[in-house]
Amino acid sequence: MSKISPVLSAHWDEADSFTFDGYKRHGGYNAAIKALAMEPDAVIAQIKDSGLRGRGGAGFPTGMKWSFIPQGDGKEHYLVVNADESEPGTCKDMPLLMANPHVLIEGMIIASYAIRANYAFIYIRGEVVHVVRRVQQAIADAYKAGMLGKNIGGKGYDLELVLHIGAGAYICGEETALLDSLEGFRGQPRLRPPFPAIAGLYARPTVVNNVESIASVPAIIDRGNEWFQSMGTEKSKGFTLYSLSGHVTNPGQIEAPLGITLRELLELAGGVRAGHTLKFWTPGGSSTPLFTAEHLDVPLDYEGVAAAGSMLGTKALQIFDETTCVVRAVLRWTEFYKHESCGKCTPCREGTWWLVQMIRDLEAGKGTPADLDKLIDITNNIAGRSFCALADGAASPIISSIKYFRAEYEAHLTNGGCPFDPAKSTLFVTVGQA
Amino acid sequence: MSTEITTDVEMITVVIDGFDVTVPKGTLVIRAAEKLGIQIPRFCDHPLLSPAGACRQCLVDIEVNGRAFPKPQASCTIPVENGMIVKTQLTSEVADKAQKGIMELLLINHPLDCPVCDKGGECPLQNQAMSNGREASRYEGVKRTYEKPVAISSQVLLDRERCVLCARCTRFSEEIAGDPFITLNERGALQQVGIYEKDPFLSYFSGNTVQICPVGALTGASYRFRSRPFDLGSTPSACEHCASGCAMRTDVRRGKTLRRLAGEDADVNEEWNCDKGRWAFKYISSKERVTSPMVRGEDGELHEASWPEALARAAAGLKGKRAGVLVGGRSTIEDAYAYQKFARVALGTNDVDFRARLHSDEEAAFLGTIAGKITATYRDLDKADHVVLVDFEPEDESPIVFLRLYKQVRKRGLKITTVSPVSSRGSEKLGATMVSSVANVAGLTEKSVILVGERAAEVIGQFTAVTKLAASTGAKLSWIPRRAGEVGALAAGAIGNLLPGGRPVSDAAARVDIQSAWGVDSLPSKPGKATWEILEAATDGRLNAIVVGGVDPLDISSEALGQLLDTQTFVLSLEIAHSAITAIADVVLPVAATAEKNGTFLNWEGRPRAFEKALTDSLTRSDTRILSALADEMGTPINLPSAKAVAKEIQVIGPWDGARVAAPDVALAQSSTPDADHAILHSWRQLLDLGTLQTGEENLAGTSRPAHVVISSARAARLGVSNSELVTVSTARGAITVPAQIGSIEESAIWLPRNSDGSQCIATLGAASGIVVKVAKA
Repeated sequence: MSKISPVLSAHWDEADSFTFDGYKRHGGYNAAIKALAMEPDAVIAQIKDSGLRGRGGAGFPTGMKWSFIPQGDGKEHYLVVNADESEPGTCKDMPLLMANPHVLIEGMIIASYAIRANYAFIYIRGEVVHVVRRVQQAIADAYKAGMLGKNIGGKGYDLELVLHIGAGAYICGEETALLDSLEGFRGQPRLRPPFPAIAGLYARPTVVNNVESIASVPAIIDRGNEWFQSMGTEKSKGFTLYSLSGHVTNPGQIEAPLGITLRELLELAGGVRAGHTLKFWTPGGSSTPLFTAEHLDVPLDYEGVAAAGSMLGTKALQIFDETTCVVRAVLRWTEFYKHESCGKCTPCREGTWWLVQMIRDLEAGKGTPADLDKLIDITNNIAGRSFCALADGAASPIISSIKYFRAEYEAHLTNGGCPFDPAKSTLFVTVGQA
Repeated sequence: MSTEITTDVEMITVVIDGFDVTVPKGTLVIRAAEKLGIQIPRFCDHPLLSPAGACRQCLVDIEVNGRAFPKPQASCTIPVENGMIVKTQLTSEVADKAQKGIMELLLINHPLDCPVCDKGGECPLQNQAMSNGREASRYEGVKRTYEKPVAISSQVLLDRERCVLCARCTRFSEEIAGDPFITLNERGALQQVGIYEKDPFLSYFSGNTVQICPVGALTGASYRFRSRPFDLGSTPSACEHCASGCAMRTDVRRGKTLRRLAGEDADVNEEWNCDKGRWAFKYISSKERVTSPMVRGEDGELHEASWPEALARAAAGLKGKRAGVLVGGRSTIEDAYAYQKFARVALGTNDVDFRARLHSDEEAAFLGTIAGKITATYRDLDKADHVVLVDFEPEDESPIVFLRLYKQVRKRGLKITTVSPVSSRGSEKLGATMVSSVANVAGLTEKSVILVGERAAEVIGQFTAVTKLAASTGAKLSWIPRRAGEVGALAAGAIGNLLPGGRPVSDAAARVDIQSAWGVDSLPSKPGKATWEILEAATDGRLNAIVVGGVDPLDISSEALGQLLDTQTFVLSLEIAHSAITAIADVVLPVAATAEKNGTFLNWEGRPRAFEKALTDSLTRSDTRILSALADEMGTPINLPSAKAVAKEIQVIGPWDGARVAAPDVALAQSSTPDADHAILHSWRQLLDLGTLQTGEENLAGTSRPAHVVISSARAARLGVSNSELVTVSTARGAITVPAQIGSIEESAIWLPRNSDGSQCIATLGAASGIVVKVAKA
């Protein structure tokens, strides 16, 4: 069996993969027509049985999320797709929407039908204008083809799809902040309960799913659960998009069954950049604790990564070779979290603000080893204390980097500054260097 | 009227720090802990606001049925559950460390300016940093600073660097007051409270945000830097500004009131009050205060006099005269009682009236049917299925009634109907249905409440109509006058047709009751004159003396004052400050302001709101004591040396279970339709206006709503004016020119503020409502 399993990305290499015709040519929208002939509950049951889990990071079973929507309650239901991909290192949803936006639309038809929603929303990052335009065009084409709007495919089901363009806040990827933002408020997480399944968008039962989760649905409906379950591991079924970036020969997206290892993925991607060795990497974006070369054979599924002390997250594999200063990398990430903290709760707002100052000092070689313990203590006062998971994400790279690279932090202190040459970790040639 | 115990709520027992506590289902963990006397530190939590979970200070360890939460939970957001075991900072090292960690984070950007901060000494951050914080901060960086302070209104100032972003103020403004004019802006460490530059914090309730701010971020402009909390002496008090009946706290330093705070009373104002109650107290220390007795000399000027001299002059001026007594609407029940007893015993007349505003005989009859009775309460509003407002604008005329209604509207969509020709901002917030006449009110049950305002006296037949509506539907009917003293004055019998306790003066048995209590042989049996008649009689010679206690004739008539000046009528004025009446009075006696005496108001429910003297050093005498001395001087003693003596006498008299005066029976007036250039005038007093008790407080005046005229869109089109363009409203007497506001109002009507800067209806137009006025583009 090949190590890769292209499903969503199967036709990305075709010039018209993003068009309605290009999608249709490979059986596009057949799954939607098939699902619309099923009972909605049967669709939910199939997705539940398939074992599909959320691809946005937390891995919550998708079908179960759909089944939480109270039925027969006389209220409007909504499907909201989270396309606010902003986790550092994560680039799977944007390429997917660039190359194959119709698979998301088809998935949304099926999911909306299943949860009895007649309105669906895509909340997309506003910065990725090219992707926004492709999705806009795809929605227009789907309306024109009768796959959105009234009486979809002649099956008597109506669905209106709204594309909402976010204004560039990482916090709006948090589902309740996303809902607030979609409603026109400042994006800040909401207190739960009530959960979105009970009172989500406009206080109505709402399913919020990641792009990739919904995009995986048509293939499952079309080809069946047995096919889907033939991929992946015991509790992590199916295929998924891994995105590799950083010091890797061929960065990009690799679609493979869950449970593949970084060693295998690096082989597929041509290895760490020539002449260098792997130093550390993130399994699922910067919010997941770092791994090192010793984790090359950890199966990249929900359970495998968790057992090794991190999280599968968004499967954003950022690869760093031995030229990289881990303190500098962590500082950059921490600066990101400080910038993106929404300000609602104390530990995240004040904590990320303080962490940046402490790590900046450490990187500059100011302080003593006792300051490292202080950093750990304060990070622990932030992690697990905040309103949402943003601060936990901010703490992850700090705690894990000190765990694996304490000596490197201390070297900054004894050296009176960073012992690394930052130019060496860049992927371009710097003036003065051959 | 104790707090009701509801027994149909499921009770849940949880263990907190090893102690069992049983609380109603839905109770938050932080509240259940309070019941055990366990104080979990908190900032954003407030029992009357929705949970936020934002400050994270109240983290505790929780397990439910053996399953522990993986991380500490905010106890202000988690309701109790069966099988829950909670460990607070007292028994859990994790919770203790979590709380200390949060406190350290809260303080890294908080300035150490406690010695100059208003909140220092009564600051939850200061206190909890001591009880639940680290000994020393590990922060070595530079604290965040901002330009300070930012005036978010003329009376509320914001020091952003002190703010802990708990969102209490923003939640209060949105959830309690319905005025979401402040909000959190920016993000991360730069998040801050702000206003939209075009919409300042124009809320009648903004002062509450200062009171509930857990740090010194929000301060009142009038109190800022004036005092230290530990230098203040506090006296529980009652608000003198309206009939809502707020519990208050008056803080005094060296004989001067420095601030007033909302007191706590779950049955009345919960923990809130309005900005007028909070900030309008400078009148006490006004330069215009009457500080000593004054008598008018041969030169026609007032001269200071000794008490014996002034009392002798007053007694001489009243003795043997045909005199009337105007009480004013701000008297305590004790003072009002003294006035009416003085009228009946010392002056031998029933010509006494507390109604220092527009009034009618129909109203007097209506009041006779409700005097001294408790008809509805705030709790009835909480439970009502429908509340009807008749000539009553709660946000302007009884703001705590507004808050209570708004709470139920928000909580359960309480249905509100307002009988008014114009939809006010208050009725829009309440989602009230506007109807033009009581005749059009439908859907009332025994669980409904009708709240009728004092302005019903300006509509012929209105009191009759609401009385009949209540009788036919079983709905409760309550009268809510604007001023704090009226309900008490009515119960005390300070009106021509009633003796104390609602006893009709025309009822012989009722008079015997009072005669025996007072030890007098007889009491006048002829119902007395109303305020307007007393003023008229004082000018046409039917009366040749009047006693005026805190009444501004301009509240009733534009003519009376001038006419009074031209007569030989003897005028005795009992006043706190120089006024149009003291200017023409023959004798002026200074009386105590609310803060300078003991007493009791009855709020609109009829609930006694007793208060103690806050300015304990004040030597000013109450109206009661002065009237008693004056009666002694006249040789017709009323024996009321103090408020306590009055209270005792009221108790001895007891309630009246005999016949009441007949209910009014007046047909509802049909409104006429003026031509296109004219309109029917409507008005009421806005909460913040030119009221005499608001003098001297510029910061408060800065948040009053600017005067404007409300016109319909059809009239606006006809006049060719758009919003904010000037419109002139005129009568033969005068004209008011103010910006137009196109609003929801009946075609034939216009609305003006009754007594605001730039729009004083009675003084300028000669009337306040019901008359036809000319409306034109200015």
